[in-house]
Amino acid sequence: MNVYADNAATTVVSQTALQAMLPCFTEQYGNPSSVHETGRKAAQALDAARARIAELLRAEAKEIYFTSGGTEADNWAVQIALASGAKKNKRHIVSTAFEHHAILHTLKKAEKNGAEVTLLDVHTDGLARVEEVAAAIREDTALVTVMYANNEIGTLQPIAEIGKLCREKGVPFHTDAVQAMGHVPVDVAAQNIDMLSLTAHKFHGPKGAGLLYCRGGIPVPVFMEGGAQERGKRGGTENVPAIVGMAAALEEACRNMDEDNLRVSRLRDKLIDAVSSIPLSRLNGDRRRRLPGIANFVFEGIEGEGLLLLLDMAGISASSGSACTSGSLDPSHVLLAIGLPHEVAHGSLRLSLSALNTEEEVDYIIKTLPPIVERLRGMSPVWERIKKGA
Amino acid sequence: MAYSSAVMDHFANPRNVGKIDDADGIGEVGNAKCGDIMKIYLKIDDNKIQDVKFNTFGCGAAIATSSMATELIKGKTVEDALSLTNKAVIEALDGLPPQKIHCSVLAEEAVKAAIVDYYQKNGLEAPEGVKQCTSCCGDCTMH
Repeated sequence: MNVYADNAATTVVSQTALQAMLPCFTEQYGNPSSVHETGRKAAQALDAARARIAELLRAEAKEIYFTSGGTEADNWAVQIALASGAKKNKRHIVSTAFEHHAILHTLKKAEKNGAEVTLLDVHTDGLARVEEVAAAIREDTALVTVMYANNEIGTLQPIAEIGKLCREKGVPFHTDAVQAMGHVPVDVAAQNIDMLSLTAHKFHGPKGAGLLYCRGGIPVPVFMEGGAQERGKRGGTENVPAIVGMAAALEEACRNMDEDNLRVSRLRDKLIDAVSSIPLSRLNGDRRRRLPGIANFVFEGIEGEGLLLLLDMAGISASSGSACTSGSLDPSHVLLAIGLPHEVAHGSLRLSLSALNTEEEVDYIIKTLPPIVERLRGMSPVWERIKKGA
Repeated sequence: MAYSSAVMDHFANPRNVGKIDDADGIGEVGNAKCGDIMKIYLKIDDNKIQDVKFNTFGCGAAIATSSMATELIKGKTVEDALSLTNKAVIEALDGLPPQKIHCSVLAEEAVKAAIVDYYQKNGLEAPEGVKQCTSCCGDCTMH
């Protein structure tokens, strides 16, 4: 049996998104900036996609800037906040220790250029605390950026509360909603979100399309010099097929959200119950406040890569926050941020489900995983020590 | 990251996994914090590696290099085993991804640590220049 349980890495493109995209390659293939009818048709498709996505976010079309994906949108959001802040001598940014590297590395670079960054603790439950955000905000805070849901462990952050707080304090609030969009309700108006990043391929859209939502009134500096695309802020011919696919995929995901979430979270909980019964294993992050599809575990005494390779041989695609997958020797910064010791954090496994996963597939994972853990533990000197209680 | 079929074979079907209760030499290198620990057990008789077993905590390459290192020294003289290099392990596995080279270094060190342990247990002087650790991870139990 083949089971794709790595939907937090990327998802299969849905039939709806694919069918929406196909005419953009062969019929509405024009350049949206062209004057002629072929170009105008592409421009119409682009406008319709922008309007539809804005509606789904409860934003306005002119507040949507299409990008190549979530990473670009995150980079851009930090630049926007720093540019605005610099005018008022504000160079302080508040974020969390377990953001995606698209934010963390961008903040590192900002620090080198004179910004000051406060990274908040996310506690053992993988949740940032609103009161700690409040305490970290200063006179010179230019941005608060907190991810909507963590990409490795799936915990949902108190976004509406942080949004309300930032609005009251007059500090711009950005959220990286890459993992959350299309999976949980997002409303930039009600949640007081000033900027938001998303990418299409996490909700059954194509790779290579994402966006930055930036509330009207916030000055947006040019991100990419070039043509007049994206209101002159990001030059370059728009990726019309992928943007159209993104709109179709998001519309479908939002339409089916309630129904899908009920089913997916039930499968996720079944997985959590079964996997947690493996001795010296644990679920990472708060059990309740999490995305419907993500469950992340650690198994003491083993290293994650071996687990992934053996699961792969059994037909199961999963991932790990483990060092080896990224080519570095350090374990996942997310697992370290929630307080796991290095040696335990090495043995992590992320299983991420989508609405396409079936109960049979989940049962297959539940049946396949324990003997694999046991096999790796059987050859592990660390496990031997743990067993002896050393 | 792509492993050769030899690495995948030694990972999926590791040779010489286990322990030797009355081992003549035991070597353990690495650190769980770094994500790799290798423990090698040697049974030495008549100056020959009569049997060798290993236990490894680590990634696919760590398990494969342990397995290959044990295969390369089995039946060899102690001196031959001591001259095992990480390069030989890499070659026998048809190469390793660059970020996994350190696994082959650990495998070489584990073998050497086990032989040094054998020398010490038998009151023998280890030959000059036996490299015990290259500090590849900087924080291992050999320090």
